[in-house]
Amino acid sequence: MPTPHIDKKWRELLPRIEELAARAGLKYNPVDFEAVPESFMMEIAVYGLPVRMPHWSFGVRYISQLIQHRMGHSRLFEVVFPGNPGHAYLAAGNSLAENMLVTAHVLGHADFSRNNMLFRSSQQQVGDHIVEQAASHARQITMAVEEHGLKRVELVLDAALALEQHIDVDRRVQRERYPEYQAAKPEPPDDAFSKRFAALNPDEAARDEGPKLKRAAIPPHPERDLLWFIANYAPELEGWERDIFLAVREESFYFHPVHATQIMNEGWASYWHARLLREADFLPQGAYVDAIKCHSDVVRPIAGGDKVALGINPYHLGFSMWEDIVERDGMDAARRIMQEDDDVSFVRNQLNAELAAKLQLFRFGADSSGSVKVLETDLNALHEVIVGPKYNFGAPSVAASHVRVDGTLELAHDYKVDGRGIDVERTKKVLEYVEKVWRRPVIMHTVDSHGTEIALSTPADSK
Amino acid sequence: MSKDESTSSRATIAGWYDLFSRGARDWLRHNEKVREAVRSHLPDAIAGGDVLSGGTKTIRVPVRMLEHYHFRLRSPEQPQGVGQGAAKPGDTLGPPGGSPASGKGGGGRNDGGFEFLLEFKVDDIVDWLWEEMKLPNLRARVGRAEETDWIREGWDRHGARSRLDRRRSMRESIKRRGVQSADSPRFTDDDLRFRQLTRREQPATQAVVFFLMDVSASMSDRDRQLAKSFFFWAVQGLRRQYRHLDTVFVAHTTEAWEFNEEEFFKVSGSGGTVTSAGLKKVREIISARFDPGRYNVYLFYASDGDNASSDHADAEAALDEIAALANYAGYLEVSATPQSRLNSECGALFKALADAGKPAASFAISRFEDIWDAVRHFFQHQAAG
Repeated sequence: MPTPHIDKKWRELLPRIEELAARAGLKYNPVDFEAVPESFMMEIAVYGLPVRMPHWSFGVRYISQLIQHRMGHSRLFEVVFPGNPGHAYLAAGNSLAENMLVTAHVLGHADFSRNNMLFRSSQQQVGDHIVEQAASHARQITMAVEEHGLKRVELVLDAALALEQHIDVDRRVQRERYPEYQAAKPEPPDDAFSKRFAALNPDEAARDEGPKLKRAAIPPHPERDLLWFIANYAPELEGWERDIFLAVREESFYFHPVHATQIMNEGWASYWHARLLREADFLPQGAYVDAIKCHSDVVRPIAGGDKVALGINPYHLGFSMWEDIVERDGMDAARRIMQEDDDVSFVRNQLNAELAAKLQLFRFGADSSGSVKVLETDLNALHEVIVGPKYNFGAPSVAASHVRVDGTLELAHDYKVDGRGIDVERTKKVLEYVEKVWRRPVIMHTVDSHGTEIALSTPADSK
Repeated sequence: MSKDESTSSRATIAGWYDLFSRGARDWLRHNEKVREAVRSHLPDAIAGGDVLSGGTKTIRVPVRMLEHYHFRLRSPEQPQGVGQGAAKPGDTLGPPGGSPASGKGGGGRNDGGFEFLLEFKVDDIVDWLWEEMKLPNLRARVGRAEETDWIREGWDRHGARSRLDRRRSMRESIKRRGVQSADSPRFTDDDLRFRQLTRREQPATQAVVFFLMDVSASMSDRDRQLAKSFFFWAVQGLRRQYRHLDTVFVAHTTEAWEFNEEEFFKVSGSGGTVTSAGLKKVREIISARFDPGRYNVYLFYASDGDNASSDHADAEAALDEIAALANYAGYLEVSATPQSRLNSECGALFKALADAGKPAASFAISRFEDIWDAVRHFFQHQAAG
C-alpha cells in the first residue's frame, strides 16, 4: 500500500473539522481519506468505482474524459464512496485550502449517504463494502476471461452493461425465482350458496376439479428487472455468465441512489463545506479565502464570462435549495427532507417559485436550425424538465413481457409512460447484445414517430 | 466534487497507481475492437482515404469511437432543457455553443464523439481484403514457362563433398553397424549419401503490370484520383502473388509517355485522346524489356472512355497484339456520370476482346466506394478466366 500522501498540516486539522461537523449534527460512518494522482482520480470518476470490471466502453469514457481534461474543461477534487468505513479519494494536487474544503464536502456526503433512505436501503441490501465488492467482481471477470476467453466474456458484459439501468429498485437485490405454479384456487367457501350451486349441476362442479397445479407464466407480470430476469430465465445461460449478470446488477443497485439523489447529495455536501468552513475559525486566514474562492468556482451556475447557461449545475441548484430550506424551515426540517427525499420529490416539493425566480431558471427549446429560444419560467414546467432524466434510473421504461413457446423473449416499452417511442437503431444494437446471451430471438415492442405500434427485432443475419 | 477551469498542470504521483491503469487498458481493448470493425468494413473505411502518398507502408484511417449502446428514447422533436441566467421568455439565444443541456458530472452518458486516426499496415490490409473478399490468388502461367531452377531430389552414393548429407550418412552407418560386428569401422564409403539436384521447369513467377492512363483534358482530377486508387490496390494485390513485380506506368493523350510511379500520378495532360498511342507504347515496352515467355504480363487501362473514332482500327489492332502476349487485360472506365457505363468507344474495344474469348474484362466506376467492386471484379475474373 502506498503511504497516503496527504499534507501533515491537513492531518492536524482533520480532527478539528470532524469535531465541528459532529457539533453541527452530522452523523456519518468513519471515512478513510487517501490522496491519489490525478490520473487515478479520473479513472475513479469514469468507472464510478475505484476498482471495477474491465470493459472497452470504460476506455471510451476514459479517453473522452482525458481529452476534455487536457483541453482544460474540468478538474476533479475528490470522489467519495459510501460504506463503513467510507472511502474518500482526494486529488494529490489539491492545495491545503482546497483539501480543507474538500474534507468538509466529503463529510457532508458521508452524512448524506448514511442517513438518506435510498442509500440506506441500498446499503442494507448490497452491503456497506461496495468498494471491496466491486474489486472482487473485477477479479471474478478477470478469472472468467482466463477461463473462457476475452471474446466470450465481452459478449456477456456487452449485454449486461447495456442493461445496467434496468433493475427494479422496488424489489430487493436478493430475489426468489417466480413460483413455478399458479396459486391454487381457493376452496369454495362452505356456505349455503356454494352448496346450492354445487347441487345445481354436479357434473360441472366435478369437472372443475381438474389438475390442481397449473404452471405459472414466465414472467407472471411485466418484469422490469431485466438483469435479474435474464440471469434467472435465459434458456441456456451458463453459470459464469449468470454470475456476471448478477455482479453488474449488484453494482447497479449501488449506483441507483447515487443517480437518484445527485442534486440533493451534491447540494448537501456543498452546503456543509460552505458552513463548516465559515465556522472553522482555526483556519489560517489565507487558506480560508482560497477555500471560499474554490467554493464559488464549484457552485458557479454559469461559466465565467457567460451571461446564460444552457443547463444547470447540480451543485449550485442543490446548494441554493438547501440554503433556502434551512433559512425557511430550520435545520431539523432540512435533515428530515435529506433523509426521506430523492431528487424527484426534492425538486418538486422544495424548488418554489421565488427561488426559481431568484436563480433565474427558465425552460428553453431548440428548433431544427439549432437556435435556442427561451420558452417560459412556469414552475411546474421547470420541475418536470429538471426531474425528467431522473425517472427510472434515466432509462426508458422497458419490461420483459412474455417468453414465447420457442423461447423468443418479448420486451415491451411503456411508451405511454415515457411519452414517445424508443430509438430504433440503438435498440436493435442492444437487442443484438441481448440475443447473444438469451440465445433465442429478442423482440422489442414500442411505437414509431407516428405513434403506431411496432416490433423491433435484430437483423436476421446477426444470428 | 469538480469544477471547470482552464489550466491543469498538476504533479502526479506515478508508480503504484500506474499498476492498474485500467482506463488505458480498456482504451486499448476498444482500439482493438475498432480495428476488427474497420477490418470488416475495410473497403468503405479506406476507399476515400488518400492512401497513395508515395510508397507508404501504412495508411491512416479516420475512425469514430465505438458506442456501447443502451436503450434510449427517440430524440424529441424539440430538444428542451432548463437553463439559468439573465433571459426572459421569447429571447433567442442562438445556437448552443458546443455544450448543450447535458449538464456535467454524468460521467459519459454521451459516449464518444471524438474522431481519431488509426494506423494500418498496407500489407495487413491487403491480406484482410483478400480474405474478406474471398479473392483467389492469381493464376500464374505455367504452360509457357521457360524458367528453370535447380531443386533437390533424392540421394546418391556419389557426389560432391559439399552436398554430403551427414544425417543420412550417419543413419546408414548405424544401420550397417547394427548388423555387423562391434569392431566394424564407423564409416565406410558405402555409408555416404549425397544430395542430388535436378533441373525442374518452374512457372514464371515474374510479372509486369502496365498501368495505362488516359490523361487527356476530359479526365478530371477526380477521375484521375479514382484511377489512381484503383491502381494502388491492384498493385498491392499483384505484389501479393508475385515475388518480382515490375510496374510500368504509361500516360497518354494523343501521344504516350512512360513515367515513374510518383510522377505518373501527378501528370496531367491536355488535348485529345488517341488510345492506340498508349497501347502502342505498351507494346513497345513489352518487346523491349519484358519477354512474354518469362513474364506474366498484365494490363490495366483507365480512361473515361472517349476515343477518337478515327482511331478505332488502330486501337483494335494494338490491343489485339497486346492481348496475344498478356495474361490479362482490364479496362476501368472512370466517369462522374454513371449512366454511360461502358457504352463508350474504349468499352467497345475491350468488349470485343472479351467476346473473342481473350482474358479481358471491363468495369465502370464513378465513386470511390466502387473501387472494391472493381478490384473484386477484375481479380475474380482473372482467376476464373
